[in-house]
Parts: sequence; structure tokens; C-alpha cells
Amino acid sequence: MSTPSPAIEMRGITKSFPGVKALKGVSFSAYPGEVHALAGENGAGKSTLMKILSGVYRLDGGAVIAGGEERLFTHPLDAIRAGIAVIYQEFSLLPERTVAQNIFLGREPTRFGLVDHAAMNREARRVLSLFGSAHRIEADTVVADLDVASQQLVEIAKAVSLDARVIVMDEPTAALNEAECEVLFGLVDTLKKRGVAIIYITHRMREITRLADRVTVLKDGETAASFDHVPEPDVIVRAMVGRDIGDFYAAPATPQEIGDVVLSVRNAGNERLTNITLDLRAGEIVGFAGLQGAGRVALAQAIFGFSPFTEGEVKLAGKPALFTSPRYAIRAGIGLLPGDRKAEGLVLMQSVTDNGMLTARALSALAGKADATPFASTDQMDGLLQDLDVRAGSFSQEIKALSGGNQQKAIVARWLALAPRLLIFIEPTRGIDVNAKAGIYHLMRDLARKGTAIMMISSDLPEVLGAADRLLVMRAGELVATFERGVSEADVMLAATGEEAVAA
Amino acid sequence: MNAATLIKRLPSRIERYSPALLLAAALLIYIAIALSLGLTRFLTPEAAISILNRSIALGMTAVGQTFAILVGSIDLSVAHLISASAVVSSAIMNGDPAMMVPAVLVVLLMGALVGTLNGLMITRLEVNPLIATLGMALVIQGCLASFHGKFGGSVPDAFQFFAYGVVLGLPFSLMVLTLVVVGAWVVLRFTRFGSNVYSVGGNRDTARAAGIKTDRVVIASHILCSLCASLAGLYLASRLKSGSPWIGTEGAYDLESIAVVVIGGTILSGGKGGIWGTVAGVIIFSLIDSIFNLAGVDAFAKQVMRGIIIVAAVAFYAVRSKRIVA
Repeated sequence: MSTPSPAIEMRGITKSFPGVKALKGVSFSAYPGEVHALAGENGAGKSTLMKILSGVYRLDGGAVIAGGEERLFTHPLDAIRAGIAVIYQEFSLLPERTVAQNIFLGREPTRFGLVDHAAMNREARRVLSLFGSAHRIEADTVVADLDVASQQLVEIAKAVSLDARVIVMDEPTAALNEAECEVLFGLVDTLKKRGVAIIYITHRMREITRLADRVTVLKDGETAASFDHVPEPDVIVRAMVGRDIGDFYAAPATPQEIGDVVLSVRNAGNERLTNITLDLRAGEIVGFAGLQGAGRVALAQAIFGFSPFTEGEVKLAGKPALFTSPRYAIRAGIGLLPGDRKAEGLVLMQSVTDNGMLTARALSALAGKADATPFASTDQMDGLLQDLDVRAGSFSQEIKALSGGNQQKAIVARWLALAPRLLIFIEPTRGIDVNAKAGIYHLMRDLARKGTAIMMISSDLPEVLGAADRLLVMRAGELVATFERGVSEADVMLAATGEEAVAA
Repeated sequence: MNAATLIKRLPSRIERYSPALLLAAALLIYIAIALSLGLTRFLTPEAAISILNRSIALGMTAVGQTFAILVGSIDLSVAHLISASAVVSSAIMNGDPAMMVPAVLVVLLMGALVGTLNGLMITRLEVNPLIATLGMALVIQGCLASFHGKFGGSVPDAFQFFAYGVVLGLPFSLMVLTLVVVGAWVVLRFTRFGSNVYSVGGNRDTARAAGIKTDRVVIASHILCSLCASLAGLYLASRLKSGSPWIGTEGAYDLESIAVVVIGGTILSGGKGGIWGTVAGVIIFSLIDSIFNLAGVDAFAKQVMRGIIIVAAVAFYAVRSKRIVA
């Protein structure tokens, strides 16, 4: 695999966002006809690097060399013209437009200056036929009517139809079942034979072993390791995590540490949940695994009173607890850390302290007097922020300038101010760099040791396996399996997907 | 095609045709009232044409507004631009038929300029479209107020052909509107620019990632929107024989054009909808007017009921689209 010049080369790329240095001098290249795997934990900088390659972001420093000359991409169009296509991780499809319209977005075939719909549909069908007859997608279907896997395939078709020299695939299998993955892998092989350079982003070892020619691992915005062959999976994992798994996650709870039942749910359900029965105990971290849309977040929202249970029985510390509004849930001692910090968890323009005080203030207003909670004064909040080791220039600066990990800790402080009985973490480490992740796991364990029951919902399976004491798996709104610590990733996935693969 | 996708599809199909259903409902109510009052002369083709003819200016403005809303923006400056176009055209013509062509050109140029400025404020300066176009509206209003009085002016008889001329038994203005509507449909359906309008309105980041120069699409949509408003201003000047600086705001063309676009099924956040829905919305509005006239509803009550109908229509779409997501 030693073609003389790379199809694409990135040298010493740096990129900063407010409060976080996302890339610190990363170099990366891909040769025609090879698959170069780009691995790394969430938040390691993989997606940022690819967004620079595709012209979505502008680099701060370094150089992108395509076709032998240095290019400055200021708009995605520049990258597309340079022969670079990207299959984005978050869908970049327009739900209200047809499959063909999405595939040919911005470059619809025209005839006498008018869009030639017939030609567009024909061409789309040709590209879609690459997936074989196993997965038929009609070119004139509206994308909103497709299931998630089909949408992912359309996304792939869009990139393939560009006839690009470089194709970036950003975790393309996230929404695909086994058979669909095989279709994709076959497609990768075909593209490779055609001399396309493929950059394949994933953190699944199986896919790296199956597809890659070379592997580069990113960690905290730096190249942690780069291999001209495919090494053993544990070598890659060690480079990704950058330390022994042993102290990355906090030690599990001992039987003595696990206390009384804090929350008990019996046969509860609502529109999206059926027959939920579970117990959450003080001192225990319970992980919730499942596919996207399996009902984990719906369950958290039901317990938190956001979209309440409509049937069944819920008790918090022995008292009935069918909450119909988050206010009541909070007052009873339940806290929730949302998955999308920026959109749901933070008031970005307010100070760190104000963000920490948010719920305490809201609640004291509810109770009608300022001293209704122990955290009415900002001094106490600042002390708590310090205890949690929130790193900020000053607690009076706007919270948007803080790194993801520090923002998350500030939200934890918000709940600690209320001394909750149950804390629900949704995607607690999304967008947080690796070292800060360990900090969050240890923080969760500390909270548990102090007697809080912890519900942890995460789509990052290794993380749930490592941090939780017990694992519940959900599928289609039901709890389908309970695992003790030490279960294998494969067993959990089997339970999460069920016998036949479930799409959407 | 399994059952699940079929069920998922069904409501989206119903939603797609709901402007047509609303239109049919309005038409039935109109016919029912006309019949029950024994006023069959309101059911002739001539009556139909007169109903349509009442909405020429609103129709033109709404076609432009459709572009602004589809691209994910909105234009609150159309009413004042209509006034300005009417005033400027009648001032330039000043009764002289020879000045007709220059006047039309100047007015359209003014429209293009306003649209460009709106678009630039929204894209380059990243001003919220509501604020940008509201600011533009105030600027136009201020200019009109300070210049008015210096301009008298009137429209030459020849120019009144635009509003009152009849060709092959059809009002000339209605033919112009039809031309504008068909033109807009062709642009949206059959040009790459039209596709880009939907893409940018649907998701600006997606459009950009696909290599679309999103700023240009937004600016061009605003230019089209303002050009349509200028055309409506020319039409009103022709109809009223001279321009008045209140003509646009009195007709509430800003809010009414937005209302008919939304009633026509184009969603306010952009990316979904189309010109035929807007046409349905315009006809529904003038039918409602006609129904009120037939039924003899008093002018203030009429205003109240129009308000209720607009809110109800928007709520109807909001509830529908939520059901589809769930």
C-alpha cells in the first residue's frame, strides 16, 4: 500500500473553540485505495478534524494538502471541489425532501437550466443500487418516511455519488444492524478497489480489524498513536484511553455500600414505556443501556415528571412519587443532568455561580422565601464549586467559556446544593475529554458513596459497563434484561437489539 | 412497504393536501351562504373573477413572502415597500405616459435594493430577520414621511391598464398575477436555486455542508420577495390612480402576506411548503371576505374573525406536524 503521494494530507492542524483546545497539532494522511481508521474516544477531536477537512470549520494553524498542493477551505464547497466527501455522524438530511433530492443536494442535474427530476431519480436509483437488493430504498420517498438505517444509507449514497477521491465516514454503522453493516463493508471494499481513499472514524475494534489498512488514534486533540498496520485491539484501546482501564473508572460499590431502596417503580408505563418495574438503591450506580429511542430517556423523563407515567406505582423513599412536573420531583429530591448540556442544561450567558444556583433559586421562589434551601447564598455555591474542582478563571465568568467537563461539574453542583436522593445522569460525558471523563466517573462514585442513588443513561457502552454497578437494558420502551457487573459488550448488544434487528 | 411506514405516511399525505381541504371548506361555506340567501348572482364566473381580482396585490406580495419564509427568513418590510413603490412610481410618472417605463424600472430597482439590503443584514450582519426587516420598514416609512408632499404625482391613464385592463375577457392584472405565480412555481420546482431555497430553509448547516452558498440563496430570496412587493405597489398605484404613503400599511400586507403563506401550509421555520399552498391561502382569504360580505358581518367583527381564523389555521398545522413527529 505504498502509492507515492497521498490523496489528502493534513499537517499540524490546530483548532480552538471558546474554552477548549480541540486540536493541538494533528497530522493525518490517506492514500488512494486505502482505509485509514481514525479512532478515539468521544471528544478526542475526530469529528473536529474531519470538519476542518470538509471545510465546515476553518483551521487555526497547520495545512491541508490535497492533490499535491496546499488548500485553504473556507466553505464546504471548496472541499467538495477538491474531491472530498463526508458522511456525517449526525444526519445531514432534509427530512421533508425526497431521497433523490437529498442525494443531489445543491448539485441537481439540470437540462436547459431546469432541474431534470427524471434524470435525478434515475441517477439516484443507480447509486442506491450499490446497496444491492437486500435494502431497497425508493428514490422518490420523502426522507422522513424512512427508518433510521435507510436514512444512514441515503447519507452514504450522497457521499458516494459525488465520485470523490476521499470519502470520510464518521461512525457510519451507528444506526445499522449486522446485515446492513455488511452491505456497508462491501461498499467500502468496492470503493477501495476503485482507488478511493477512505477515512473511517469509529471506536469499534471489530470494524477496524475488518476494514482498516492503517490506524491513527486521537486523544485529547493530539495524535496518541499511529500504526502502519492494524495492531491488536487492546493496543488501540490503550492508546485511546491513555491509561490503565483500572483507575479510569472508579472502583465498584461494595455490598456494604449499597443501601435501602430509594426509588421503586412497579408496572409503570405511559405512551412510550410499558410495564416498567425497577428498584434504585442508595449507593448504587445503575446503568441503562439500549439503542437510540429504546426508551431510556423517556424513562428518565417519566421519573422526573417531565412526561409522567400514566399508570403504575412509583415510590420515592417509601412515599408515592408519581410526579407530574419536574418541580415536584426536584422538591422530593430527584435531580436530572440532561444529555444536551448546552441546549437543556446551561444558561450559557450567565456566570458559573448563577448556573450553579439555578435550581436552588427556582425552588426557593417556589417555596416563597429566600432561605427555603440551604444554598441561598452565592458564597456557599462558590465553595461547592471549589470542592468539585470546577476550573474557571473566576466563578463570575460566563459558563460558556468553560470546558465540557467543568460545565458538567457545575451542573452537578447545582443538584448537590439540594442534597438529592436520586440523581439521573443522561450521557454524562458526551463531548468531554478523556481525563475529565475519569473525573466525572469518580465524582459519580463519590456521590453514590454519600448515599445518593444514581441512574446513568449512556449510549457509550464501554462507559456504562465500566462505571455502573448494575446494568438494565431497554428495548422498545420495556426493560428487557438485567446484568451484573462484568457482563460482555456482546451480551448487552444482543439484549438491546433483540433477536431480529430493530430499526428506529 | 410494511404497515408501519404506511401508517406513518398517511398523515403526511393528508397534511400535504390540507390547504386544498381548507380551500374546499371555504368554497362550500361560500356557496352554501350564497344559496341560502338566494344570491345566485354571486355564483357566476364573473363573481369568481371579481373575488380573485380583489386579491391581486395580496397575491403578488404573498408569492414573494413565500420565498422569504421558505428560505427560513421572513419579511416585515413589504407593506412599507408597497407604499414606497406606489408613491415613487406615481411621482415619477406624474401623468406623463412617456415616463411609465422609467418609473417601473426605478421602482423595481428600488425593490431589488431593499431586498439586497434585507438579505445582507440577515446574512452578513447576522441580524434576526424580524428585526432586520422591521428596521427596514421603519427606514422606508421615515423616508416616505419626509419626502411626501414634495411629490404629488398621478398615474397616466395608460398605466391604469395594469389594474383595469381586460384582455380576452380576463383582467390584465389577474393574468400578471398568474404569470408571477407560474414563474415562482417553475423557479421553486425546476431550478437549482429553487431546490437550494428548500435546502437552506430546511437546515442551513446541511445546505452549507453540501456545498451550497447559503448567504446568496437567502439574499436572492429576499430580492425576489421585495420585487414582488414592488410589483404589488405598482399595481396599487395603477388601481388608485396615484400613490399614497399609507397604502401598504392600510392593507396590512405585511401580516396578511405572512398569514396566507402559513395558511397555505408553508411552515414558518422554512424548508417546507410551496407556491400552490400560498395561492390557496390567498383565495381562502378573499373567500372569507366575500363570505363576510354576503353574510353582512360588520367591519370590526370581520377583523376579529380574521384574526381568529389565522391563529386557528397556524395552530392546526402546529398540532398536525407534532403528531407526525410522535
